[in-house]
Amino acid sequence: MMTTEIPSDAAARSNVPEMSVSELSFSLKRTLEETYGRIRVRGELSRVKVAASGHMYSDLKDENSVINVICWKGTLSKMDLQPEEGMDVICTGRISTYPARSNYQLIIEKMELAGEGALLKLLEERKRKLAAEGLFDPARKKDLPFLPQTIGVVTSPTGAVIRDIMHRLDDRFPRHVLLYPVLVQGQGAADQIANAIRKFDMIKGTDDLPRPDVLIVARGGGSLEDLMAFNEENVVRAAAECSIPLISAVGHETDTTLIDFVADQRAPTPTGAAEIAVPRRADLIARLSETSQRLFTAMSRHIEVRKDRTENFSKRLGDPQRLLENKTQKFDNVTQRLSGLFERRLSAARERLVRYSAQIRHPQYLVNDAQRRLEDRVSRLPQIGARIVGDHKTRLQNVAGLLEAYAYTNVLKRGYAVVRDEAGKPLGSAKAAAAHNAMSLEFHDGLVDVHAAGQDAPPQPSPQKAKPKKKAAPAKKQDSGSTKADQGSLF
Amino acid sequence: MAQDTKNISDLSFEDAMAELESIVRNMESGDTKLEDSISAYERGIELKKHCEKKLRDAQSKIEKITINDDGAATAEPFDQEE
Repeated sequence: MMTTEIPSDAAARSNVPEMSVSELSFSLKRTLEETYGRIRVRGELSRVKVAASGHMYSDLKDENSVINVICWKGTLSKMDLQPEEGMDVICTGRISTYPARSNYQLIIEKMELAGEGALLKLLEERKRKLAAEGLFDPARKKDLPFLPQTIGVVTSPTGAVIRDIMHRLDDRFPRHVLLYPVLVQGQGAADQIANAIRKFDMIKGTDDLPRPDVLIVARGGGSLEDLMAFNEENVVRAAAECSIPLISAVGHETDTTLIDFVADQRAPTPTGAAEIAVPRRADLIARLSETSQRLFTAMSRHIEVRKDRTENFSKRLGDPQRLLENKTQKFDNVTQRLSGLFERRLSAARERLVRYSAQIRHPQYLVNDAQRRLEDRVSRLPQIGARIVGDHKTRLQNVAGLLEAYAYTNVLKRGYAVVRDEAGKPLGSAKAAAAHNAMSLEFHDGLVDVHAAGQDAPPQPSPQKAKPKKKAAPAKKQDSGSTKADQGSLF
Repeated sequence: MAQDTKNISDLSFEDAMAELESIVRNMESGDTKLEDSISAYERGIELKKHCEKKLRDAQSKIEKITINDDGAATAEPFDQEE
């Protein structure tokens, strides 16, 4: 009702033809698409979002304006560039609208970085990031094999690169080459290259498919954009993770891509990669031949030296015949001396026999001799006997004289007497005398028997009569008090 | 020499060459025993043969890697266009 009324009302007010919203929307869509069917717009990507469908929705803006941009999944996947927030890009595409909302947007068909400076800046940042992860660390770099058996090459199957590599390998050292054909630029190139590196690394090695000893990742020269695949992160990471030593050879000498930093060795060109990969066969043959020659020479010299030495020694060893003659002569000489010696020994023995025989005497002679000596001794015997007896007699008289001189009887002559008991045994002390009653006194002119007086009457004559006793008594008194006490009890 | 026990056929060209050169240097120094120099010489000759074999077996061959449906890599002849 309303729609019929308003147009009729509007129609009444103007002659502008009445349109439905849909008509307008589609008209606008047509106009925009015709007018802006192919445009290039430069701006900064913002609010980049890839939907689950795989389409990318984003804004493209400059200082003052913003426009929605869409990149369909199919286009996105084929693009060299991975859209990132804040990227300064030039988008090629067309303007379209979404009639349901009457929004207009830029449908991207191609996207490139705005200018080489921006691309370089991007690469610089990526390089810094990967370096910070240690991917370019020199310590990670592996040694290349001296002489690889199999070489894996990742490059385009068409074009000069594989041909150059094969030519140079054939010049230097023909080898078994496994080519992994890949796109080296454009959509999907980076993924293919990264995949090829990983697939090579996965080869276990069989007779049919040997594991490469070294990899060459190569591409011919091109613009910075052409070489972009070798700057992609997944390629760099695949190269870093690869356990087979890897040579990068991308572009010309002056071109540097990020894979060059991570490769174990960088070759300036694909041809250069072949030179790095294999030694020159002719050089090796020459070296082997020279070494073999030295081996022969050294061995010959060894033998020569020993031969000389042997000859030298053999000369010094002398002629065995002569040696034998010398020995024979010496033997004869010794033999001769031996027989002479025997003769001499025999005659000497004979002489001694004669000499000793002459010295032997008749036993009768010995008996006579002994008889004579016996008679001689017997005749001297009486003299000797008289002399021996005389001697002893003299000595006896001397000794008897001495004995006489020392006799006690001489002492008695001077007035002393010896006290004896009943048995005639001498008593030397008063103590000994006290035990006896009957005693005798011997004087020089005879014996006198005496009897001891009573116990209380001391014998009067004893001090005078027995002078030795008297002498002994005072000595005892002076000696000790105990004797005095004994004496006291005696009196 | 510790390498004496190592099987020559397992040696790389580089290792075989290095050992051969070391044998030659030793023999040239002249102070090895005759028996030792004979066995060293014999080993040197074996190493030389091995190196020659490695050098002889130098033929160019190029194959292309293709990936099967099950993801396995195989090699097949590659026609190189000139």
